[in-house]
Amino acid sequence: MAVIKKKAGTKSNTIKLKFDTSWSYAPAPESKSAATINKQYDLFINGEWQKPSSKKYFDTINPANEEKLSEVAEANAADVDKAVKAARNAYDKVWKKMPAKERAKYIFRIARIMQEKARELAIIETLDGGKPIKESRDFDVPAAANHLFYYAGWADKLEYAFPNRTTEPLGVAGQITPWNFPLLMAAWKIAPALATGNTVVLKPAETTSLTTLKLAEIIQEADLPPGVVNIITGAGETGAAIVNHIDVNKIAFTGSTNVGKIIQRAIAGTNKKATLELGGKAANIIFEDAPIDQAVEGVVNAIFFNQGHVCCAGSRLYVQESVAKEVIRKLRDRMQSLIVGDPMDKNTDIGAINSREQLQIIQKYIAIGKKEGAEMYESSCPLPSKGFWCRPTIFSNVAQSNRIAQEEIFGPVLSILTFRTDDEVIEKANNSPYGLSAGVWTDKGSKIFNMTKRMRAGVVWANTFNKFDPTSPFGGYKESGFGREGGLHGLIAYVNIKS
Amino acid sequence: MEKTIKKSSLSISENGLEKKTSSKRLEVVKTYKIYIGGQFPRTESGRYYIPVNAAGKKLANICLSSRKDFRDAVVSARGAVSGWSGRAAFNRSQILYRMAEMLEGRKAQFIDELIQQDATKAKAEKEVNLSIDRLIYYAGWCDKFQQLFSSVNPVASSHFNFSVPEPTGVVSIIAPQSDSLLGLVSVIAPVIAGGNTCVVLASETKPLCAVTFAEVLNSSDLPGGVVNILTGKPSELASWFVDHMDVNATIYCENNSETKKMIREKSAMNLKRITFYDKINWYTNEGQSPYFIMDTQEIKTAWHPVENIAGAGGGY
Repeated sequence: MAVIKKKAGTKSNTIKLKFDTSWSYAPAPESKSAATINKQYDLFINGEWQKPSSKKYFDTINPANEEKLSEVAEANAADVDKAVKAARNAYDKVWKKMPAKERAKYIFRIARIMQEKARELAIIETLDGGKPIKESRDFDVPAAANHLFYYAGWADKLEYAFPNRTTEPLGVAGQITPWNFPLLMAAWKIAPALATGNTVVLKPAETTSLTTLKLAEIIQEADLPPGVVNIITGAGETGAAIVNHIDVNKIAFTGSTNVGKIIQRAIAGTNKKATLELGGKAANIIFEDAPIDQAVEGVVNAIFFNQGHVCCAGSRLYVQESVAKEVIRKLRDRMQSLIVGDPMDKNTDIGAINSREQLQIIQKYIAIGKKEGAEMYESSCPLPSKGFWCRPTIFSNVAQSNRIAQEEIFGPVLSILTFRTDDEVIEKANNSPYGLSAGVWTDKGSKIFNMTKRMRAGVVWANTFNKFDPTSPFGGYKESGFGREGGLHGLIAYVNIKS
Repeated sequence: MEKTIKKSSLSISENGLEKKTSSKRLEVVKTYKIYIGGQFPRTESGRYYIPVNAAGKKLANICLSSRKDFRDAVVSARGAVSGWSGRAAFNRSQILYRMAEMLEGRKAQFIDELIQQDATKAKAEKEVNLSIDRLIYYAGWCDKFQQLFSSVNPVASSHFNFSVPEPTGVVSIIAPQSDSLLGLVSVIAPVIAGGNTCVVLASETKPLCAVTFAEVLNSSDLPGGVVNILTGKPSELASWFVDHMDVNATIYCENNSETKKMIREKSAMNLKRITFYDKINWYTNEGQSPYFIMDTQEIKTAWHPVENIAGAGGGY
């Protein structure tokens, strides 16, 4: 990458970055040999690996090269029933009677083994899901272990969490996780459920089951009593069987808003409790007094982290008119320097799209954006010939009413809108059925507090974006779902509060 | 002069129905109307119903509110959200206390209405006293529950991170059918103490106190639209209460399993927050707690980087 001074006589004294001489990075691939992936995985029920009664298995592939990694059992309603019975039995006979401090030690132990196997888990996460190894290594896996570590400590301290109240566990929790952060989401679900004394039947997403199955191995290695955590694999029908099982007391779901709504309807008329962590279309707002270079970095992280497969992704960028040109120019430059390609390469910034199906959805929205008249710009990076890929893409001149400004794309596609006043941008940002997250970039403290207060969103990042922590509650307003995961507030979802 | 008054008052019998002399004073009967946006309109539908007490006495001509009334009320409630939630918590506290004062001042009227609606005098007195005390209880919580349910979260990265409760927005409430005053107050107070606004459907069979309570609200500095009270039939209106796309949460206080199922099904349309208060004894301490406030709160978490200059130590 070279820096070229603008010719004398031009008004602007800014420098222009030139990319056609960019440094090339030598390949730095992580090794597959540090991970063991079985040829076939059965269902983890009652502490054992059991063959599916459907007798069916489905392939799980590496989205970066479309090669088969393994095959995974497809659980049907009978398998779900077996898993729920195992969970109920473990709840009644073991888990709810166990002293809380002993429960805690099991969870600590699982967290520790995850840390010991961090490298292997990161490799499998990247192979199965397509995310860059630097993200699975530095974010997904450590964050998952930390989450278990955090909630383990709550198990014997619940009386401090709910002033003047006692709590009781709900019973059997049915949990359904998404494909964007498979291991992390499994940890988000399992950790608070176990800490509060519930037992679990968990189903990972069908395209990314492997790290959750690896977690089952860890759970086995930790000697967790049989049935306390059951992991079954399958697609939507398996999930529906969990949701509809009469002996499940709680549903925890992370996924699309559409499926969340179907679940909410399905459990009507039952006493099942639910937490739903659903879609988003986060507004990321840059004011003219923001530190622009930092903001541009923040925008890149907000929309391109994990290929944009992030429910809280900053997919609607609002830039104050006076700095819009500068922001868009710098953003284009920065996009051009993103490395797209082999997820196993430690230099890769943007990996593979998780599945062919998701790639088609993203491509559909890119076509819609063009048709709606927005101005498209994509990085000129080369793409591998095999696998599912999408260049980092931005649309400018987007109107508030455009579908690419309203609907969740769940890919590396950013819609850019402009505004003039604070009130205008608050109105526009909140004009969405979603309310999961929001971002604000400004150097003015009082403005930050005004914005964090007025954004109708569960998480507001000021001068930062896409930050997560086990101690920090996460979850949405409005159609982004209800309930919180993480922190003290994440406990409520798994207990009955008694007076 | 004195003579005339005495004469006329004598000519009216106790039940007020005797109409022998033209000089007799006719009782002024109150028209029970609904309460929307700080106004007392009749239902736009022009319909009414006549609830009857156990003795068979007709209570009044009560507005049979329609879907359109509900929609009007939601518009008012939505319009009032930013003003009400933007008020200082201390100010909300003062207004709830003022509501209690106004209720105390009209105690006799409420007791009278409760007796008309089949309560014994002792029970009516108890219900009104508890209702006043409940308002004071929640007046006190307005500027305290946030501290109890907020947290500063010790994140591992260099960020300042905190979580606070915020009102969810517009809440539709189908109030308890019995405990027509205490139940009503017990469900409204925590919702507005937390900065929400609401549309409430009063008890169908015992609606008198709800309308009179609206008059208390109206004279309590509570901004119009924060509480809107409709009268009518849950069987007709319940589905609209959860259908409306500009309502954020619904509270249902009865134990009709069909209605509960319907509410949860319809809530999926815009993922309303649903709360059922079907087993609460409003006469006990179980009927009041800050956890009721939290039922219509969202938790918002905010992050900001903390400068971490190279070499900066503990600062000591």
